[in-house]
Amino acid sequence: MFENPLIYFVVIPLLMLGGLALCKNIKQIRAVAVAGSVALIGLSVWLLVDYLAKRAGGATDPMLYVDSWMWFEPLNIHLAVGVDGISIAMLLLSSIIVFAGSFASWQISDPKAFFLWLILLSTGVFGFFISIDLFTMFMFYEVALIPMYLLIGVWGSGNKNYSAMKLTLMLMGGSAFLMLGLIGIYYHSAPEGGQLTWNILDIVKNDAIPHGWQSFLFPMTFVGFGVLGAMFPFHTWSPDGHASAPTAVSMLHAGVLMKLGGYGCFRVAIYLMPYAANELAWIFLVLTGISVVYGAFSACVQTDLKYINAYSSVSHCGMVLFAILMLNTTAMTGAIMQMLSHGLMTALFFALIGMIYGRTHTRDIRLMGGLMKIMPFLAVCYVIAGMASLGLPGLSGFVAEMTIFVGSFQHTDMFHRVFTIAACAAIVITAVYILRVVGKLLFGPVQDKHHLELTDATWWERTSTVTLIICVAAIGCFPNFFNELINFTFSPEIFKVIGLN
Amino acid sequence: MDYSQFLAMKQEIGLLILFLIVFFYDAFAPRKVQKYLPGLTAILMTVLTVVGCVWMFTGESFTSAFNGMYETSTVIDAIKNILNIGVIIVLIQSVKWANGELMIMRRGEFYMLLLVTLFGMYLMISARHFLLFVIGLESASLPLAAMVALDKNRYESHEAAVKYILTACFSSAVFMMGLSFIYGLTGSLYFEDIYMSLAGQGLSVMMVLAMAFVLAGVGFKLSLVPFHLWTADVYQGAPTSVTSYLSVISKGATAFALLCILVQAFGCVYSQVWEWMLYALIILTITIGNLFAIRQRNMKRFLAFSSVSQAGYIMLGIIACNTMGAAAMMYYIFVYIFSNLAAFGVIGAIENATGRVSMDEYSGLSKSNPRLAFTMMLAMFSLAGIPPFAGFFSKFFIFTSAINQGSIAIYVLVLIALINTIISLYYYLLVVKAMYISDKPAVIDRFNSTPGERLGMIITVAGIILLGLASPVYNWLLETTDMSPILNMFMLQ
Repeated sequence: MFENPLIYFVVIPLLMLGGLALCKNIKQIRAVAVAGSVALIGLSVWLLVDYLAKRAGGATDPMLYVDSWMWFEPLNIHLAVGVDGISIAMLLLSSIIVFAGSFASWQISDPKAFFLWLILLSTGVFGFFISIDLFTMFMFYEVALIPMYLLIGVWGSGNKNYSAMKLTLMLMGGSAFLMLGLIGIYYHSAPEGGQLTWNILDIVKNDAIPHGWQSFLFPMTFVGFGVLGAMFPFHTWSPDGHASAPTAVSMLHAGVLMKLGGYGCFRVAIYLMPYAANELAWIFLVLTGISVVYGAFSACVQTDLKYINAYSSVSHCGMVLFAILMLNTTAMTGAIMQMLSHGLMTALFFALIGMIYGRTHTRDIRLMGGLMKIMPFLAVCYVIAGMASLGLPGLSGFVAEMTIFVGSFQHTDMFHRVFTIAACAAIVITAVYILRVVGKLLFGPVQDKHHLELTDATWWERTSTVTLIICVAAIGCFPNFFNELINFTFSPEIFKVIGLN
Repeated sequence: MDYSQFLAMKQEIGLLILFLIVFFYDAFAPRKVQKYLPGLTAILMTVLTVVGCVWMFTGESFTSAFNGMYETSTVIDAIKNILNIGVIIVLIQSVKWANGELMIMRRGEFYMLLLVTLFGMYLMISARHFLLFVIGLESASLPLAAMVALDKNRYESHEAAVKYILTACFSSAVFMMGLSFIYGLTGSLYFEDIYMSLAGQGLSVMMVLAMAFVLAGVGFKLSLVPFHLWTADVYQGAPTSVTSYLSVISKGATAFALLCILVQAFGCVYSQVWEWMLYALIILTITIGNLFAIRQRNMKRFLAFSSVSQAGYIMLGIIACNTMGAAAMMYYIFVYIFSNLAAFGVIGAIENATGRVSMDEYSGLSKSNPRLAFTMMLAMFSLAGIPPFAGFFSKFFIFTSAINQGSIAIYVLVLIALINTIISLYYYLLVVKAMYISDKPAVIDRFNSTPGERLGMIITVAGIILLGLASPVYNWLLETTDMSPILNMFMLQ
């Protein structure tokens, strides 16, 4: 079991949990958190290099490092793992954000319990990305959801009780649909008389889900994951949840957890049920199109920094699902790039907001101004994040959105055109709210005299932000590298739905 | 008569011996050593369970005695052992209470009554003739009323006992009314004969009525909605140890007995009659139990409604009418025993130390008594079905087995049940919120729980964490039910 490198993505967080339980003081806790996340980054970088070497060596399987260990034999439930380029990108993203998040919560109160829940959450996230067995995937998915309740409830701010409960119930509501969908898939996973299976690769190989059942199970799974992907009208947990969550949790949640939704949508819903996806994509395309535009407009009128970013996340995550539903190689590749880009950029945003809030004790942009003079480092970082968000070339947002729209325009019919153009228009609105915040918050007159005494970033805050900025720039500067990593999976041979289109 | 038939009843006989030991110890042991009775009972019960497990793994896979009136098999041994494990935990948790001021004169009564009810439940599970079943049902119900009334200084305890005994009598009456109809229709009270006879005749009004009465009679005991009205008051009024016994052991045993009745006596009218009755009962039970639980502030009433809705989930294992469902149901009961007893263990510990049972008074518990709060949180997560705790696995498997039946109606039912898990998550999280998130100052001071309570908590927490992750438990249950000849004969798949 332990020969497979993937299992260490779960083992390391578990070891971290054990280590944290033994910690006596905050220094040890920080040491464990940083050491663990560095180990995770190291592991994912090694995996990336090794994976590319294997692909270069001619490996053509849809997934590599595939392995499975029997768990519940009568139900054929395995602990099955395997990764392709997309999962590796997601693992890398998650480990970077866990690393940055550890630094961002350097001075949290009651650090032991906080980090225990945070690492439990990331165990779920890593487990989800390496799983290819629907049962274990779902289990890790739920493991990632529940710590949010306590993290927001205990360490959050503002209307935290309400937000924590709303977030948990809505996400769990999504997973109720998901569970039904997954069990339904299991019972139709093999042809009559064959061995039923939870393994994604086997289900695709069997290709046995009847078309009628697909059109019932596809909406179930898509909505189930879509709730976490902040799909309209199930996005309402996201603004409240993000606004109340502590910094590192916002980072991890917007940066990684929301990606679980998008990832699940294509890995489970679309990958396993191509026919239904092809037929029903338009319904969800409408919904995600609304997400994109509506999120951007909502962000324009918010005055709380975190709400602005939460709505902006709704818009950007809507873009991910929107692109996935375009069902062609280019747009889907763009969707994954957007996941990476949005993950890093939003994490950066939330980290910065947390740092600013920690100094000014307000998140209302009307009460702040001129921060560029007071805390130049944070302000510059904020501008960079903003530029990435509105799609400045050279940073990650541009690459992702460009790819998405090029892919979307490959559809020549009226319906797709209209929605593509509407989504493109959302970019302009993004520019409006980003520039509005930058202008109001960073430039302009200082609103509060007390702000003049504030200090700039500390070294741990710099570590956190610089890490994220480097990654954002890396995607922006070397898009081709990521493109090749990702689009191997989105070929018609592997992803059947692309051939249908 | 062949007296060796009695050997088939070895579990019952073992329990009777245990009962006699407790009886004589209580009656004749000198007063100085009387206080060891609770510990002694727990140890003897453990011995019985270990021996029972050995029988289960080594004994015959199927035995029938007294012309088929009594039946035992590996599966039945398994459910009896599961109940035994629950009883052991209850016994360990109640040591402090049983040695308290109140119980000093009536300690023996508690243990004797408890063992008698357990004996009754054994009979209910093993009976394949309705006469034997009724004997089991009565001896499992009536002593419980006395146990509910044990707390003689509290008004609620008396009220609860009267309520319980009246409902128990009424439900038995209803049940036997149904039996008389069935006897009229089929001319026998043997499950096997009833099955044969019903298979030969068409659907009749009498049949439907009889079925409704039988389901209602057992439904009272299981507290299925709309027969649940006694539950909250009795749970609140009874001493906590009795409540925990009532909520898990009594419920688990009756659920399994209901499975046996429905499958082995009425299996042939599954789709015509009882599938739809059970369908409606499940929806009502889960939904109403959940909705009422939201408003409860007293922890015992809260868990009463939570256990009403849990009974609905347990029934999901029956409605599928397949061996997978039977296994999932047993597993669910097993996990439910651990989760619910963990919750009741904490409630009991707090009640014994401070006398507080209101959810509002639990605020700040994570600061004053972190271990208790942690145990309670795990119990709540497990009851709500959050991974990686055992409750998640049991819920997942019971849904999977229900869907195995395959009809669209079952998908709808499971969806309703799943949506209800969200409602249940809400109120389980309310407890977590009170303990961990609420800013109110702690009402309950720091206190040390007794060794018994602590041991109970360790066992239940270990169960909550390990039962799910360790797959052999469920695998073994499913394989055993799959191989069980009797269950297989009557099941759909």
